[in-house]
Amino acid sequence: MNSKRLEIGVGAFVMAGMLALVVLAFNASGFNFARDDRSYFLYARFENLSGLSERAKVSLSGVIIGRVVSIELDTEDYVAVVKMAIDKNVPLSTDTSASILTAGLLGEKYIGLSVGADEEHLMNADEIADTQSSIVLEELIGQFLFSRSE
Amino acid sequence: MKPSGVMIHHYLLNGLRRMGINALDVCAGFGRASWFLLQSLTWGKGFKAPFARLVLQVYQLGVLSLPIILVAGLFVGMVLALQGYHVLVGYGSQEAVGQMVALSILREFGPVMSALLFAGRAGSALTAEIGLMKATEQLSAMEIMGVDPLKRIMAPRLWGGIICLPLLNLMFCVLGIYGGALVAVDMLGIYEGSYWANMQGSVEFYGDIVKGVIKSLVFALVVTWIAIFHGWNAQPTSQGISRATTATVVQASLAILALDFVLTAVLLGGF
Amino acid sequence: MANYVELKNVTFRRDGRLIFDDISLQIAKGKITSILGPSGTGKTTLLGLITGQLSPQSGEVLVAGLSVPDLPRPALFELRKKLSLLFQSGALFTDLSVFENVAFALREHTRLPEHMIRDLVLLRLENVGLRGAGQLMPSQLSGGMARRVALARSIVLDPELIMYDEPFTGQDPVSKGVLVKLIQSLNSESALTSILVSHDVDEALSISDYVYVLSHGQVIAAGTPQQLRQSDDQELKQFLFGLPDGPVSFHFPAKPLAEEVLA
Repeated sequence: MNSKRLEIGVGAFVMAGMLALVVLAFNASGFNFARDDRSYFLYARFENLSGLSERAKVSLSGVIIGRVVSIELDTEDYVAVVKMAIDKNVPLSTDTSASILTAGLLGEKYIGLSVGADEEHLMNADEIADTQSSIVLEELIGQFLFSRSE
Repeated sequence: MKPSGVMIHHYLLNGLRRMGINALDVCAGFGRASWFLLQSLTWGKGFKAPFARLVLQVYQLGVLSLPIILVAGLFVGMVLALQGYHVLVGYGSQEAVGQMVALSILREFGPVMSALLFAGRAGSALTAEIGLMKATEQLSAMEIMGVDPLKRIMAPRLWGGIICLPLLNLMFCVLGIYGGALVAVDMLGIYEGSYWANMQGSVEFYGDIVKGVIKSLVFALVVTWIAIFHGWNAQPTSQGISRATTATVVQASLAILALDFVLTAVLLGGF
Repeated sequence: MANYVELKNVTFRRDGRLIFDDISLQIAKGKITSILGPSGTGKTTLLGLITGQLSPQSGEVLVAGLSVPDLPRPALFELRKKLSLLFQSGALFTDLSVFENVAFALREHTRLPEHMIRDLVLLRLENVGLRGAGQLMPSQLSGGMARRVALARSIVLDPELIMYDEPFTGQDPVSKGVLVKLIQSLNSESALTSILVSHDVDEALSISDYVYVLSHGQVIAAGTPQQLRQSDDQELKQFLFGLPDGPVSFHFPAKPLAEEVLA
């Protein structure tokens, strides 16, 4: 009877639905199960993240080489500790600097890296020492006024 | 003077009484619908081949709704990309169009639009089908043969709806996001990498995708419940069935939009 | 003789309209009992009371010794397996074939193997002369055939009580004859109790063992067909012999014609 065809149709429908979930998970939310073996982790401390969020991009010369994995607050120094996953194929020198940048005028925040001249490379779980927090407009204005009054 | 005072008194009392009667009717209807839902959610024991019946309903409600859902998803995504681009380009942030399309579709357009279309396509068909079964005494015949129509007819339809709508929602979202990519990347010339990268930077699997599916599940239960209840409760005449079908679409649509607000508030706040 | 169904002082109102006013009747086991009456006297409602789809405002409804209005839902469905009702329209399931319609109750209530179901269904279809029509869909049947399929479906589980709701309405004389013969032979072959609700007086009287005549929510006459024919009650006579005017007026109650037309 055509109950076989019915079952095939329904099976295809349910599988298409599951596939849609998988497509959304990988393509839309950037879910990546294999992330751990293809990347290594670096830490960086910032005084102010001003809107940087988890899974923000990490870029080098405009090329995305990794993502922010987690953000925590160091309760001793009161600075933000950002954990980044970086592509294994991109070695970074120990004097690499990290700064928080904004894409476009209103775009999202991301971490921009610039490589130094050192011969040695950062290893897994190392920390980037040279960081620059994002520029906060209010602080700039405050600094300006402060310097004028002196 | 005296008669008019008596008259006003009389009208007031009458109005009050009618309001009371209406309130009780609404209450009774809701009670009936709740009892109906509880009875229909369970299969009951001794009922064989529920799986085959469920498969048939998934076909009727899901597979047959697929074309309208897919086409609608594609166009909604395309329009969102177009509109979003023209707003964002003013701020020089047109790269964010992928993020905007994905978030609005996953959070709102997907669950709500697919539920509205489902109510119009599958909900009205359910009401008409069950109403006609009632009008031709098929439901009574079943009851008298000792087979509970709530278990035999309603339960597979209710569960079919609950299974189908979240799946339809997911497919709507995929088509919407790719429709957006079609417009943004191919027509408006946004760099493909930044369309997806922006999206992936902001869309969260649990926060956006799973919550959308949760919304969709609630809508599925409510829409299917309304549809089968109106069919079961219909006046067994052709006019009664047409009225019940209209009531299904109107009430289901309003319920979706109102519930969307409540669910959004709960999901944003609580979880 | 034991009674299979008994109504004691039943009063039933629907939407404020009094449909049964304190009526009592007994249906003897193993007999064919007819409920006659003009259209709109609640004959179908009576069947609803017996099957427990409706509940009376007062009075008792006993079926096989059980009080139907007091039964919880599962027990009611258990009782209904012993009852069957032949609907006026047939009420065949439109999405199932003739064969599957007849097999429906077997599949729902028994765990018989497929070949036994097939044999039982074919036997029942043979009983009503439609063994060859098994693969047709209900929409392909004529009215008379649909009613015969419905009859086959209602007897497939060997019920104890079978109720016929207006079985002769809208049938041509040949189908009527076939149905009369079927009802009669079914009742005599198995130990069935039959209730026949009808306003086709001749057919009903010809096969009944006992007859109740309802009018205005009350039993106006009861007895064997023989006794009823010989009664000289005016209202009964008008109904039995189809006189256009009598105690039951041809006119729906209204103001006098002259008053309304000339006003």
